[in-house]
Amino acid sequence: MSEPTNKTITIDGREIPFEEGQTIMDAALAADIYIPHLCHRPGLSPHGSCKLCTVEVNGRSASACTLPASSGQEISNNTDALNEVRKTITQMLFVEGNHFCPSCEKTGNCTLQAVAYHLDMLDGHFPQFYPRREVDASHPGIMLDRDRCILCELCVRASREVDGKDVFAITGRGTDARLIVNSESGKLVDTNITTDDLAAHICPVGAILIKEEGYEVPIGRRTFDLHMVGEPGLEPVILRKGQHSDEH
Amino acid sequence: MDTNNGSDTKPGSLTRQNDHLLHRLYDLQQQFHHIPQQSIINLATELKLPISQIEGVVDFYSFFHRSPRGRYDILFSNCTSCGDLAMMQQLCEKLNVSPGNTRADGSVSIDATSCIGMCDQGPALLVNGRTITQLSAQRLEMIASHVEAATPLDQWPAEWFRVQDNVRKNGLLLGTAFDTGSALSAAINMEPEALLAEITKSGLRGRGGAGFGTGMKWKFCREAKGDAHYVICNADEGEPGTFKDRILLTSHAHAVFEGMTLCGYVIGAQKGYLYLRAEYRYLLPELYAVLSRRQQAGLLGAGILGQTGFDFDIDIIVGAGAYICGEESSLIESMEQKRGIPRVRPPFPVTSGFLGQPTVVNNVETLAAAAQIAIHGSEWFNTQGSDKSDGTKILSVSGDCTTPGIYEYPFGVSIQKILDDCGAENVQAIQVGGPSGTLIGPDEFERKLGFEDLATGGSFMIFGAERDLLAVISNFAHFFAHESCGFCTPCRVGTSLLKNGLDKIVSGHGTRYDMDEMYRMATLVKRRSHCGLGQTAANPVLDALQRFPKLFEERLLHSEYAPHFDLDASLEEARRITHRDDAEAHLS
Amino acid sequence: MSTKIRVATTSLAGCFGCHMSLLDIDERIVELLDHVEFNRSPITDIKHCGPCDIGLIEGGLCNADNVHVLKEFRENCKIIIAVGACAINGGVPAMRNHFTLKECLEEAYLDGIGVENPMIPNDVELPLLLSKVHPLHEVVHVDYYLPGCPPPADAFMKVLTDLLEGKEPSLPKEILHYD
Repeated sequence: MSEPTNKTITIDGREIPFEEGQTIMDAALAADIYIPHLCHRPGLSPHGSCKLCTVEVNGRSASACTLPASSGQEISNNTDALNEVRKTITQMLFVEGNHFCPSCEKTGNCTLQAVAYHLDMLDGHFPQFYPRREVDASHPGIMLDRDRCILCELCVRASREVDGKDVFAITGRGTDARLIVNSESGKLVDTNITTDDLAAHICPVGAILIKEEGYEVPIGRRTFDLHMVGEPGLEPVILRKGQHSDEH
Repeated sequence: MDTNNGSDTKPGSLTRQNDHLLHRLYDLQQQFHHIPQQSIINLATELKLPISQIEGVVDFYSFFHRSPRGRYDILFSNCTSCGDLAMMQQLCEKLNVSPGNTRADGSVSIDATSCIGMCDQGPALLVNGRTITQLSAQRLEMIASHVEAATPLDQWPAEWFRVQDNVRKNGLLLGTAFDTGSALSAAINMEPEALLAEITKSGLRGRGGAGFGTGMKWKFCREAKGDAHYVICNADEGEPGTFKDRILLTSHAHAVFEGMTLCGYVIGAQKGYLYLRAEYRYLLPELYAVLSRRQQAGLLGAGILGQTGFDFDIDIIVGAGAYICGEESSLIESMEQKRGIPRVRPPFPVTSGFLGQPTVVNNVETLAAAAQIAIHGSEWFNTQGSDKSDGTKILSVSGDCTTPGIYEYPFGVSIQKILDDCGAENVQAIQVGGPSGTLIGPDEFERKLGFEDLATGGSFMIFGAERDLLAVISNFAHFFAHESCGFCTPCRVGTSLLKNGLDKIVSGHGTRYDMDEMYRMATLVKRRSHCGLGQTAANPVLDALQRFPKLFEERLLHSEYAPHFDLDASLEEARRITHRDDAEAHLS
Repeated sequence: MSTKIRVATTSLAGCFGCHMSLLDIDERIVELLDHVEFNRSPITDIKHCGPCDIGLIEGGLCNADNVHVLKEFRENCKIIIAVGACAINGGVPAMRNHFTLKECLEEAYLDGIGVENPMIPNDVELPLLLSKVHPLHEVVHVDYYLPGCPPPADAFMKVLTDLLEGKEPSLPKEILHYD
């Protein structure tokens, strides 16, 4: 039993500490407990849109990345039922876009794919949506394939909150929602984004890609060829591109 | 009282918020029949907003367009109560234009839109934002002639634009005369705390449907620290089948504005906003006139009723076609000139709302009730109603009955009583609270309206025995897929999957597998979505599966599995390109 | 009569890469053939599918013929396994779904670089193209999925062995890959 002054929550029966202001996700990451997530990245404001981090807090459904931790929360995370929900949500993301892994440069470094592996997803289950969204190859160093975008808004937030720019935004509504670029032409080349920006690297899928480095690391030696997505401390590795992920 | 929505608002002639992005975009849409890219760029510079934010707003709201609509832009309601898409098809044929498109000469475009709140006097449409009710074959014929003759809208017959109140049954709120200013006079004779106590004691709960205690909400907001406090009246009445706020804003606007002012008095706000759905734009001139009269009477502005320090003003923000903006945090986002995406909660608006400040968002009816309670006291109110639901509820009754319209009942009234009063016989089902509410069948007509049994925001849609109820459920599924904001995965993708799955079943191509899939997806959307829209979007499907499984089963194919798309139709494009129509060019 | 498990295989809108990977089980195929008899398959050159226990289908659906073959398999096979990325979500051939069929055909047969005697083929012998490429499960019920481009030989062995042993097939994480 913990001392009454210690603030703790319980995840799958394990009691872990948290600090005031932390979300359930923050506390879980600090305790090396993996809660699947796609739209969350430590250091950026929480978003709560992908719903992969759906947990049950005292029996009620909640997003771990946005719900503040508070004493006494009994949280279910790694249960068959929740992983089934997460698998279904991942399948929904797969069929909504065009995720043809074999032809995507991001394969092996793609968090969507890695989460799908983690959840033992074998197929998309639902009918494919096959969107036709505009490709933007205008920028000399960065490529934008919107058919792969999962609308997590990591790039939107990274550009705004870390890079101090405002390069990306979401437009439209419902399944018509899509990523846009903040320039008069709507093209990436007319923004001030550079390949040094976090926004250029943070995409968890193959929607935003750095050009001319796609196959520097061969398939089979990429991050998720060598690591499981739930391994503690993997966040910095996911961001490390352009070098062999087993050479860090 | 009837309103004639024959004249449009004239920019600049009223106290409207001319610089609000939604209003600027409305002006551009009126001027160019779309929002040109160059205007977006200019507006971004002028308003100091990112181009992408303005594009985001333009693309989010249904009434803004990136490509030109017709000089007559006609939108037929697709609501099961005030819509008639067969009529839309007829007008399209008469005017030689296809739905969703603009005729080549730029004269006319015709499309469908979500419920426009005319369910007691449909079928109805909007032409350039103005409402035409009680459509008939003859009226369609004449509309077509006026469009072809390019008759200015002001010269179309005025009676077409008449919107009637259709109050069928008065209760506490609608039947009690309201002397303008009397609630405020009563209020300033007591401290804000005492008024708050009276509101709390009355048991008044939010009339939008969720039913949060009004006194509690005001108290939380009053106690929250901030640079400013705000009162927002949520008049984004978008739930299909709901039109009671239309009547309150038409004939009881003083009570509504007075309720807002009282709230300001209690929570210490100096600014209030009425967020009006674009479908009710025709109400604007009269609403501004009421605001102006209240200013002249010292009921708005600085030193209300001569009380130093009691300052309160009201502005109106008009939406642009987005059901989600009825959700309070989306509404606040919309007021902040952004896409109407629901916020993460907590924090709740009472502590961090409009511009991050403590904000009360109340339904129109809630505020009108608060004004009456301030005059007549809590007992006047809570001696009516049921155990956990004090007072009365104003219902918008529509669908298959002889007298659709507005009915006010004390909470606790049975469904059967309402049906008897409005002349509904041989009823198959009722959608209580609109598509986001509860679908019930005849064996539940003894149930009662109230937060302890059947909660409702006011929509009461009646479906007679002749209705294709499965088509109704499908209509609702289309509505939610269209209105989902797209923020969270379960609702964005799930509402589309539900829509497609229902289409498959309704068209006779579904199997037991598809029915099971509907249930699984509906459950996920309900449990895992981000906000109230997603959490209720699957209600019609789930209710229908539970209460009317036969509806589905009767349509099912007796096979294990059926294709998810029309195989033969999928060859049509190739047939056209290759000019083939031989046997091998088809699939069964 | 043999008591062997009867297996049929085919490639629809695929590249036969999955078949090549199946053959990568190398000498294990000898042992497999003690338990398995191939029916319709590029390996046997049998043209139509007879009654089978398992149908392995690589590739998605891009034309009318693919649909006929898929239906023949579904009618004759107790178990259908969608093999490889294309069968599961359309894969590389489905990249054409980003464009209209008209755009694809015009680029290939009318406007593309190096096109001579431009005309879009319309011989009745040719199967017509579907407006989009589709995965198998959009047309028939699929029992199991074997992802990968191609699925590794070990994955084929694992799934077939599981089925031969009467178990639910499962893939260990080490051989679960979509690329």
